[in-house]
Amino acid sequence: MLLIRCPYCEEERPELEFRNGGQAHIARSTDIVQESAEAFERFFFIRDNPKGVIFERWRHIHGCGRFFNAVRDTITDKFHHTYKAGEPQPDLNELIAANEDRRMDEGRGDMPADQGPGSWANVPPDQINVAEPAADASKGDA
Amino acid sequence: MAEPASFRVSGKGRLGSKGANFTFDGASYQGVEGDTLASALLANGVHLVGRSFKYHRPRGILSAGAEEPNALVNIERDPSRKVPNVRATVQEIYPGLKAVSQNRWPSLAYDVGEVNNIASPMFSAGFYYKTFMWPKKAWEKFYEPKIRAAAGLGVAPDLPDPDHYSQRFAHCDVLVLGGGAAGIAAATAAAESGARVILCDEQADLGGALRFEAGAMVENKPAWDWAQEAIAKLAANDRVRVLPRTTAFGYYAQNFVALAERVTDHLASPNPGLPRERLWQVRAGRVVIATGAIERHMVFADNDRPGIMLASAARTYLNHYGVSVGRKVGVFTANDSAYQAAIDLKKAGTEIAAIVDIRPASEGDAVQQARALGIEVLSGHAVVKTGGRLRVSSMAVRSVNVGAERVIPVDALLMSAGWTPSVHLFSQSRGRVAFDEASQRFLPGTYAQACVSVGASNGTDRLEATLEEAYAAGEKAAKETTGGTKSAARPAGVSGEAFAGGMLGTTPGAENGTTVAAFVDFQNDVTAKDIRLAVREGMHSIEHVKRFTTNGMATDQGKTSNMHGLAIAAEVLGKDIPSVGLTTFRAPYTPVTFGTIVGHAKGELFDPTRRTPIHPWAEAQGAAFEDVGQWKRAWYFPRAGEDMHRAVDRECKTVRETAGLFDASTLGKIEVVGPDAAKFMEILYTNPWEKLEVGRCRYGIMLREDGFIYDDGVVGRLASDRFHVTTTTGGAPRVMNHMEDYLQTEFPDLKVWLTSITEQWAVIAVQGPNSRKIIEPLVEGIDISDAAMPHMSVREGRICGVPTRLFRMSFTGERGFEVNVPADYGQAVWEALWAEGQKYGACAYGTESMHVLRAEKGYIIVGQETDGTVSPYDAGLDWAIGKKKRDFVGIRGLKRSDLVADGRKQLVGLRTKNPRTVLEEGAQIVANPREPVPMTMLGHVTSSYWSENCGHSIALALLQNGRKRMGQTLWVPMPDGAIEVEVTGTVFFDPEGGRLNG
Ligand SMILES: [Zn+2]
Repeated sequence: MLLIRCPYCEEERPELEFRNGGQAHIARSTDIVQESAEAFERFFFIRDNPKGVIFERWRHIHGCGRFFNAVRDTITDKFHHTYKAGEPQPDLNELIAANEDRRMDEGRGDMPADQGPGSWANVPPDQINVAEPAADASKGDA
Repeated sequence: MAEPASFRVSGKGRLGSKGANFTFDGASYQGVEGDTLASALLANGVHLVGRSFKYHRPRGILSAGAEEPNALVNIERDPSRKVPNVRATVQEIYPGLKAVSQNRWPSLAYDVGEVNNIASPMFSAGFYYKTFMWPKKAWEKFYEPKIRAAAGLGVAPDLPDPDHYSQRFAHCDVLVLGGGAAGIAAATAAAESGARVILCDEQADLGGALRFEAGAMVENKPAWDWAQEAIAKLAANDRVRVLPRTTAFGYYAQNFVALAERVTDHLASPNPGLPRERLWQVRAGRVVIATGAIERHMVFADNDRPGIMLASAARTYLNHYGVSVGRKVGVFTANDSAYQAAIDLKKAGTEIAAIVDIRPASEGDAVQQARALGIEVLSGHAVVKTGGRLRVSSMAVRSVNVGAERVIPVDALLMSAGWTPSVHLFSQSRGRVAFDEASQRFLPGTYAQACVSVGASNGTDRLEATLEEAYAAGEKAAKETTGGTKSAARPAGVSGEAFAGGMLGTTPGAENGTTVAAFVDFQNDVTAKDIRLAVREGMHSIEHVKRFTTNGMATDQGKTSNMHGLAIAAEVLGKDIPSVGLTTFRAPYTPVTFGTIVGHAKGELFDPTRRTPIHPWAEAQGAAFEDVGQWKRAWYFPRAGEDMHRAVDRECKTVRETAGLFDASTLGKIEVVGPDAAKFMEILYTNPWEKLEVGRCRYGIMLREDGFIYDDGVVGRLASDRFHVTTTTGGAPRVMNHMEDYLQTEFPDLKVWLTSITEQWAVIAVQGPNSRKIIEPLVEGIDISDAAMPHMSVREGRICGVPTRLFRMSFTGERGFEVNVPADYGQAVWEALWAEGQKYGACAYGTESMHVLRAEKGYIIVGQETDGTVSPYDAGLDWAIGKKKRDFVGIRGLKRSDLVADGRKQLVGLRTKNPRTVLEEGAQIVANPREPVPMTMLGHVTSSYWSENCGHSIALALLQNGRKRMGQTLWVPMPDGAIEVEVTGTVFFDPEGGRLNG
């Protein structure tokens, strides 16, 4: 059973509380009646089925009830990121780059605590996946 | 035949002296409390315990643990507790235990099925695939039942399982899988470093390999004693949970690990309050995998006779259970660990016939120790065959190169081809194993989760190194999860054994080109030559070899056989092992009962049952109920002497003649509230809503984006910003989800709030010409005259002194009301209405009559007349689509070329030529019943009933170009002849609709 971080509740909850809502970032046209047959086909019928990273919708149906979006790896089921509905689609390359920095050592069992896909077990994904915070210049040297 | 319990070695073993009598195949034996069935049988000199799966060869006890492929028995506690395929090496005995051997007839010693062994050349790899391909019918009728009868293992119990099983969720900082030296060390270190720890082990006694490694020392005392003290300390720590008899069988994402705890199978008379087994679903911050290693057998001719077993198993039986596995024991090995077994047995007084070592002569410690005890060591030799039928009686030995065979009498033969690290759970965690060339074994390579392997499962051989590795891992895991900084003190005075050497594949005498029966997989009866044959026949992937030969596919999942099978395939393929690959390790690690997986979710607790507030009244009236989703709904209310048809006929007549009461509480209800409520309704339903007056109702159609009908229901406008929406009974949750989806993700700017009110309101439909008279005396504050409250209107007021949302609406075609009252008052109001209704001879009617009455009027039921491919046009509901609307869900889908094309199936009525014939729902409709099969099918019947009100049967159907076929004669072919029907409109009763208005 997966742990999924609800971006509204701001905590990880067991998969039992959630329901998958299919692919994310498929916007319904504001003038849908004018859509061409091809555009409507793409909108309603065509879905990605990647072996790898997918952007998908989830609903915290037995929790706050909110729909949100997630970036999940379909091979490992690892959630790279979850974010609120309406927020822009994160840049996949940036996400992957952020994760590659943290790829675990190849060495047997010699995995730093804060690195590697395994580390997401007990750390909120937003803390795993964001790049190291840039030094905040406004704080000065003190 | 059974000898007395004379194989117990006094002064050996760690069991007490408390006896426990048990039976095996009807014979009584004495064991000792703490024995497994295997150790107790061996103590009695019994090696023959089963017959093999395919060839029915006599089989004994191979191992002393969970990897056992041979010693599978039936444990019969009572008639409803007969458990098949129990590993005798795992089952602990208790006084009165009754074990029965499997897969033999008429007896274990004389098994008719043994003829399969003589015919074994027939049963080569892929035999089933190749032999039983033709004719197809013979497979179903003849081959399969015969094969299943002949090649079964245990017999499944035929009574319901009387036991109960529990399930628990648990969380911990550090979960340690395996309670050997490594696991105990890791758990101790983690606990001392401040972590919450769970330690589980599949055995009754924790200690792992220390059960047999008698020479190992920790803190200058026997390692077993150190281990027991450490476990006692862990068990006393309230931050630690120690789970013996608990197998970690599945490792899932995010360190979610499933454990099966066997709670009562070892008890003579378990407390009935205890579950038989308990499923632990553990979420761990870190997992330490300390699952040890499993010894492999040697692959040589006739290596499966009873009495031939793993060296470590014999050593376990001696050092832990105090049992010698024979009087004159041979050893065949490619590994030093078998020497330790021979040495321990020799010291305990058992004669060692010879140690046959396939490796060249050496003067290593093990060899020297053996020689010093006077044991003959035959280096560079191999066992090339064995003798004996129900028990091994000899081994034939020769030099690995060439030379004469020397036959040495033995009554047991120990073997060791080396150790296979148990990477199953690591692999299940999606870690990738890597092949270590130097030691010729797969070891944990790339990790995918927050876990770490230690000890033998990580390829760490020496006890000193194992303990250091495990302490470090436990400490690190604790620090990572708790943020603590405490360190654990390491034990001193550690010395142990390290087992060097080993081999994969066949031994001389069973090499490529030979045809001997050298077993690789005992449980599935797969030999080395089967694997070679599979490769020669074109199976070049190890996954194909596995499926073609069934190597490793039995319930033991090839714990002893996978590496040998891989090596044999690699040899024939001329490839190295890593490039042939390893088959996938899958959960469960060992078999898990269905009971454990199911837990309490069975019978009444399988799924929730929903009952309406009026349910008790209907029950008291003797109503028959039907399941509608999770709901129990009153189906019909039979009076004395009535069957269902008579009851339904009476109910239908009564509703139209006077009135009837119907419990519609299960109807889905959603309140749509907010300044933009009407705007939102415009989007979700095809109908126009902005102009619907407050106090009026409308029948709404909800589509999916593709234009097909998704749900329907009557919607009342209670205020300009408040709609009371009803949905189908089954559709309520998905309609709510659908609405939330559009509100949250497509139209988040709309100021609307959605509330499910299904269970807040009980709904009593009062239908029929006298309905108004029935409710009139009970309603307060609402003018219910036709002028003030016409058909399709809604008012708020009071009934019987409680608030009501009173709908004037009808699903029967009669004047009707639906009385919504708070659920708590549902039954009281129903009873008041019932009392009034009695004055007019009203009846209570159930869902069956509701279906008939609505079909008489041609009202559709979503899910019956529709199946997800029916548009409103198809259903004749064009009128419900707001023609001037610029947007609603499905507006574009409705314009799709296929949805507006000619030839779609449309809803029509059907009348049978013989008015008494009632069509079968789902039956197909054709134009020419004499057309050869397959006929051209024009459509199908969606609803069909006898209508007492019409005096003839009625049916609704979806029919190609149906509305253009009015009056046509068509046919419904049935097995006993085609039924003639006429296409009609969908309204069979009161087509003008005058009765709605009274
Ligand atoms: Zn939430």
